[in-house]
Amino acid sequence: MSKLGNLGARLHRGEISYDFVGKRKIWYGVSILITITAIVGLAVRGLNMGIEFQGGAVFTTPTKMSTSVAKAEEYANDASGHQAVVQKLGNGSLRIQIAGIDTGQSDRIKQELAKDLNLDPEKLAADLVGPSWGEQIANKAWEGLAIFMVLVVIYLAIAFEWRMAIAALVALIHDITITTGIYALVGFEVTPGTVIGLLTILGYSLYDTVVVFDSLKEQTKDITKQTRWTYSDIANRSINGTLVRSINTTVVALLPVAGLLFIGGGFLGAGTLNDISLSLFVGLAAGAYSSIFIATPLVADLKEREPAMKALTKRVLAKRAQAGSDEEVVEARTAGADADDDAAPAVVGPRNQPSSRGRGRGRPSGKRR
Amino acid sequence: MAAPKRGRTASAQSKPGRSLALILIAIVALTGGMFLSGHTTPRLGIDLAGGTSITLKAKADQGSAINKANMDTAVDIMNRRVNGLGVSEAEVQTQGNDNIIVNIPKGTNSKEAQQQVGTTAKLYFRPVLATEPSGTAAQSPSPSASSSGSSSPKPSGSPSSTASSGQKATSPGSASPTATATSQGRAVSDALKADSTPSPSASSSGKPSATPSASPSGGSAANSKLQAQYAALNCAKATDRAKAGKNAKPGDTTVACGEIDGNWYKYLLGPAAVDGTEVKKAQAVFNTQSAAGWQVQMTFTGSGAKKFADITGQLAQKPDPQNEFGIVLDGDVVSSPVVHEAITGGQAEISGSFKQEEAQSLANMLSYGALPLSFQEQSVTTVTAALGGEQLHAGLLAGAIGLALVVIYLVVYYRGLSIVAMASLLVSAILTYVIMSLLGPAIHFALNLPAVCGAIVAIGITADSFIVYFERIRDEIREGRSLRPAVERAWPRARRTILVSDFVSFLAAAVLFIVTVGKVQGFAFTLGLTTLLDVVVVFFFTKPLMTLLARRKFFANGHKWSGLDPKSLGAKPPLRRTRRPAGPAAGSVDPKEA
Repeated sequence: MSKLGNLGARLHRGEISYDFVGKRKIWYGVSILITITAIVGLAVRGLNMGIEFQGGAVFTTPTKMSTSVAKAEEYANDASGHQAVVQKLGNGSLRIQIAGIDTGQSDRIKQELAKDLNLDPEKLAADLVGPSWGEQIANKAWEGLAIFMVLVVIYLAIAFEWRMAIAALVALIHDITITTGIYALVGFEVTPGTVIGLLTILGYSLYDTVVVFDSLKEQTKDITKQTRWTYSDIANRSINGTLVRSINTTVVALLPVAGLLFIGGGFLGAGTLNDISLSLFVGLAAGAYSSIFIATPLVADLKEREPAMKALTKRVLAKRAQAGSDEEVVEARTAGADADDDAAPAVVGPRNQPSSRGRGRGRPSGKRR
Repeated sequence: MAAPKRGRTASAQSKPGRSLALILIAIVALTGGMFLSGHTTPRLGIDLAGGTSITLKAKADQGSAINKANMDTAVDIMNRRVNGLGVSEAEVQTQGNDNIIVNIPKGTNSKEAQQQVGTTAKLYFRPVLATEPSGTAAQSPSPSASSSGSSSPKPSGSPSSTASSGQKATSPGSASPTATATSQGRAVSDALKADSTPSPSASSSGKPSATPSASPSGGSAANSKLQAQYAALNCAKATDRAKAGKNAKPGDTTVACGEIDGNWYKYLLGPAAVDGTEVKKAQAVFNTQSAAGWQVQMTFTGSGAKKFADITGQLAQKPDPQNEFGIVLDGDVVSSPVVHEAITGGQAEISGSFKQEEAQSLANMLSYGALPLSFQEQSVTTVTAALGGEQLHAGLLAGAIGLALVVIYLVVYYRGLSIVAMASLLVSAILTYVIMSLLGPAIHFALNLPAVCGAIVAIGITADSFIVYFERIRDEIREGRSLRPAVERAWPRARRTILVSDFVSFLAAAVLFIVTVGKVQGFAFTLGLTTLLDVVVVFFFTKPLMTLLARRKFFANGHKWSGLDPKSLGAKPPLRRTRRPAGPAAGSVDPKEA
């Protein structure tokens, strides 16, 4: 089986376990750094808003245009009296963008352009946008975002608990900030397609987070009845346990998006497909990162502040110190399995072991199936 | 987590065949429905099929508020206009609170459409010079014959003087005879209709039709040309309708079409006598006194009242059908009441056997002449057919590549299990396609580029549900269970995770769909649809299929290629019996199972 399959098995058994929660400070730091960079990028460079947000026109010629980009630009400048931007697309057609013209003028410009380019005006695809339309799309998108966030926090607070809801929200904001930051820094053009992509990240980023939380909730159900692990330990194990799934999910989600990006970027050159997939690609990557490195450690952090959990941690630590000798025996026995993972001894507990031990005792009979 | 739904899983396990049969029947039924309905492909949006899409935003205007009623009226009128251009495929919809989207398929004169849509309408009252049925009138050849005024007695009252007709115009105060009032006529129709049905009304004398088309008054050269045009006009043809009278200036004599109950009538109309703007107000009222039912009351402005009095005075003298005046909205005759009397005083009523909506609609047209709101063009997108086809092609290609990549990944990683995943994806794809095709005619769903993107992104979401489930099964196997119990035990947990995460995804889609405008909506719709289908497929297909397959040796014995080989999954084979004695700290918690 593939390496990942083995990794899955070893993660499952706890043979390998990366201490995500223990090292959270590092990841918080990294995220804060990225976020600050993103915000600075936004503040300094700003977003490169597409025609749709400024008002203007985008004309797309048929493929196989013999006119050069420079020539087309000249024509467009003459026709419109505004600075035009012309791109040659992957399929050989020209994309002519003229900002700042209103829909009234654009018709005349279209006719002139078509004449200059030796085209039937009907063959010139045109996208004419009044300045308030992009604004409207963006405003509605923000509105949608706000409503969604409120609803999702309520939902998560009910389905899980408020700490998880907050952590998920932080992760979500983190993803969106990073994505917009990257757009600002790299200078990708922001179009309604980008907005669509960004909005989809909402669902996806949370989707990933929710799966980890689900496992965390499941595993911490009776946490106060034991003294072996702290909340953070179990949170960490949840992440590790769902790591393979997270990787798989992200890969499977990114593959179609990559297909879109490849086709949108390589074949069409620009347009809705490209815009959506680009922001999705960036956002999905950020989402996968944040659900592992930010959301869950944050829950652990919040949770550890709870008196019951504080008490638990104290008990666990006391027990570990006191039962040092016993522990050593255990450690020795499992040493073989743990050999490749000395880095994070605190979290080692072999994962399937307790399940087998737990079996006999105090378990409702129906459990055995 | 103690599998809480034990009872249910057990039953699900025992009857996997039933769920499978259910979903297969559903697929067959839906597919059959698709073929029966004749819509075997999803309707394509403008950006894929080519055409023009215009987005308009309403601006509140002199006191007329942006509300649903006004928006609906505007949509109505715009629909009439664009479809009057000769394509019946054009589509006008409201979006959000204050946007109207007009989609005009390729092949139409988009420029003209664009001009037509947002402009304030032109409503005129024109005298009818001639009229006759034109087009598919499946009805009795009953000709024009506006039920003429036989009985209409004249009322006393001052502003009085009625005109009776299929829809007759009366002045309100008139004591005018209720008897006539009953003749029929539909709001969008004209009096002509009246005689095709045996109207009880006094009127409806059923004139011989052929004649009315006879020469209109002034017989100049221009008129004879118009005569020829009139004779040639076939209102049943959209192209003819598109040309008829659309560019007529108010002063021109012109031809026009009007529809009554699905039948077309053609008209030769004189110069505009009264302008739509001269109607101060029109409203639909229910006349309780005269038993006339729903009527439309008009009030004219000062100049309008005078002109109206003049024209009605003239018309009343004329023979049938030239005593009708056509109410012409954007070149279409929406109504053609008969006039019997000069109506002075600036007030008139049109009566006929209106239904409430019909009266309302006519009143709307009369009072707004046009759009109740003024609109501002937000965006105009013209996509050539070539570009549309290319984008569709690119979208499909991207989908195919994405799907292929996912399938390859699944095969490499899950081997035999990937059969389940692929079959589920296939079922999902079929359902999505069929439902999209059916939704085209049902709710005007049109597949546009963002919607294609949504569907492609959904491949990931759908595949993820399988991954969640498969990983759970593998976890169970790693714990030492054999496949069948593993499949059952993994399900309740996987199910919860799938439901929770799909819910979040659906929530995002729903909020986006409701709140946003434009392309975002199409995207949200597909995403929501596919998320729902994902749940359906996982519950009714993937899980039962897994249960069935778990009985097969290939999987149950953990064949190397099944993707469930305990060894390569890292389960320690002799598992159950050979557990080490419990260690001291033997977690009273087994976090996984507690």
